[in-house]
Amino acid sequence: MNAVDLLFWLFAVLSVGGGLSMVFSRHPVSAAMFMIVSLVGVAALFVLLESFFLAILQVLVYAGAVMVLFLFIIMLLDVGPEAGKGKLSHFKTGIFGLLATVLLVGILLTLGNSYDSLALDQSIWPELSESKDGASHSLPFSTKVSSFGYGLMTKYMLPIQVSGFMLLAAMVGVIILSKKTPDREDLK
Amino acid sequence: MAKTVVLERKPLSFSERTYLPQIATGLKTTFSNMFKPKVTLQYPEEKPVIPNNYRGVPTLVKDPNGREKCVSCQLCEFVCPPKAIRITPGSVPEDQDDREHVEKAPQEFEINMLRCIYCGYCQEVCPEEAIFLQDEYSSSGFTREEMINNKEKLYELGGTIPDRHYKWDKKKEAETDGNTH
Amino acid sequence: MMEWMPQGLWFEVCLKVFFAFMMVGAVMTMAGYSVLAERKVSAWMQGRVGPNRTVLPFVEYIPIFGPLLKKLGMFQPLADGLKFLFKEEIVPGHVNKFYYYLAPLIALVPALTTMTVLPFGQMYWNDGTVSTLALADLEVGILFVFAVSSLGVYGIALAGWSSNSKYSFLGGIRSSAQMISYELAMGLSLLPVFLWVCAPGSSESGLSLSAIANSQSGGAWLFLVQPLSALIFLIALFAETNRLPFDMPESETDLVGGFHTEYGSFKFGIFFVAEYAHIVIGSAIFTVIFLGGWHFLPFIEDPWPANWIGSLLGVGWFLAKTIFLIFFFIWVRWTLPRFRYDQVMHLGWSKLLPLALVNLIVYLLIVTVIDQNAAANL
Repeated sequence: MNAVDLLFWLFAVLSVGGGLSMVFSRHPVSAAMFMIVSLVGVAALFVLLESFFLAILQVLVYAGAVMVLFLFIIMLLDVGPEAGKGKLSHFKTGIFGLLATVLLVGILLTLGNSYDSLALDQSIWPELSESKDGASHSLPFSTKVSSFGYGLMTKYMLPIQVSGFMLLAAMVGVIILSKKTPDREDLK
Repeated sequence: MAKTVVLERKPLSFSERTYLPQIATGLKTTFSNMFKPKVTLQYPEEKPVIPNNYRGVPTLVKDPNGREKCVSCQLCEFVCPPKAIRITPGSVPEDQDDREHVEKAPQEFEINMLRCIYCGYCQEVCPEEAIFLQDEYSSSGFTREEMINNKEKLYELGGTIPDRHYKWDKKKEAETDGNTH
Repeated sequence: MMEWMPQGLWFEVCLKVFFAFMMVGAVMTMAGYSVLAERKVSAWMQGRVGPNRTVLPFVEYIPIFGPLLKKLGMFQPLADGLKFLFKEEIVPGHVNKFYYYLAPLIALVPALTTMTVLPFGQMYWNDGTVSTLALADLEVGILFVFAVSSLGVYGIALAGWSSNSKYSFLGGIRSSAQMISYELAMGLSLLPVFLWVCAPGSSESGLSLSAIANSQSGGAWLFLVQPLSALIFLIALFAETNRLPFDMPESETDLVGGFHTEYGSFKFGIFFVAEYAHIVIGSAIFTVIFLGGWHFLPFIEDPWPANWIGSLLGVGWFLAKTIFLIFFFIWVRWTLPRFRYDQVMHLGWSKLLPLALVNLIVYLLIVTVIDQNAAANL
């Protein structure tokens, strides 16, 4: 075991432990804080993989923005430890537990089977197309920001457009929902 | 009848709506203020100028001949609203040449500065012009006892101030002229 | 069994730790002296003289120098810090203890972590190579700064919540809303800057802070090229550091003390230092991005020689610019009144954000036209 391994185990325990503590903690604020710990742990694992960009996006988007909103809402609504108690019957809890177990086992099996094929030499990175000056060169697998950008703007152009469209739809929906229409009463 | 004129407020121009020119003006003002002379008084080293009619700590004064002016009439003691003054009257020994014709003098004169409210009634009521509120404004002490000014302290604080009347001298002159009251 | 750590690595790690301590020391010292600067500058602007009595006994007797230091209040930060240490540690009975103690730490740690990617100069080695002076010159430096500083909001939000008092709570809520709002405008205002610097054909790529600073060497500073981006970034910086006119979380006139109402002694001191550390780091980052970093004036090549003297002068020049910006922060604080909370939100969402978007689109078009022309000329 060397130093990097030690760090890996540290952050692995941090992220998994944080996730478990989030599920089991009674108080919503504690749960949110544990989730942040878990997310930061995952970001640290990305750093160990030398994928700084992903790590930073993880912290920036999830820990820095999404969880702040979570915490914000929890504080604003003053949700206490009693919230959500007794909402689900034992039967329903059992069903959900079963579903979650099936999902977990499924993921583990899939990952176990395809682990070999995910080796880095068979690059999952796209074969990058020709650049605009006509010379064809493909960027090698790298974790640099520029190669992320290049991939997103070439091979993954369609997915990024679609997700952008979905985000736009969500935004328009929020505007419609939150807009006060004075004549809505008349419509009823 | 008063006529009301409603003034239309001019709409703000674009540069005014960004507030940036105004902010720049404000910054200029504060910056130029940095180099103006300071108004701070470095207190223990520099003392403020005390005006003549200032009502500071009440003190007892002596006349220019060095005689105490107070005759312990106790008017100040009676008039004092917070009852800060306590006088023990006493007589003047007959054999003191420089205090001839001085009728009486306080044996002890105490002003409790924890009670004094600096109202100046004692100064106003004193028929002998013996008690004055002068320019001393900072009296402090570590114990309550220290804050009670006794006679020595009061004379020390008061000192001598010019006298217009020289009452005791006049009395002495009157007696030598054979005109005892 | 693999070796625990290669021999050379130990040395490197120790060196990094040493440098990290140096950097923390430097930033904390600057934060401490920013407090002094705040008191002094505010005093001067209001016709007062400010703290001028604190002095160490032996320094006082040095002729000329000693009284000058005393007059400038150079030992005041020491006295302030000791005061925080020796004050009575009060914990109100109604707080959530764990988060109450955790909040100041969460506020300070991000402020100090952002400095790891902050470049502050260049080292000219004897063999002609040039390297950037920074703890870690990350390729994604600016994103790292955004990511870590966005964690700072937890400190304030948790402090407000765990104090279990209405003023603290309102302060915490206001602060988190404000920081989320202005983060957007801040990020958007920087996009055109990176578009400009990373244009095809230029040698720079990525989001590295040192590349940005070096791209301004001998050319125009970026605040001349992109004044609007600089303005939006500066305004958002004021909001992110909770400085007046955006000091909603504290606003002592309507919220007593805001999120730190229930804090005293050293825990309050940590909040205080964290606030000023944010200002120091924010000023440094603005200097790197818009004011040419450690390079001399715009359109003028660095006049200093390419050796260790040049390195030192560069770092000094960088510090001078940063200190000027800190002064600017203080200057603005003692000039402008505070916004009302709804005005803050209005400014952030319906003024700065659209402005940043328009700015981005305009520069997108400009950069595209320039690139197309460059491609056509090839």
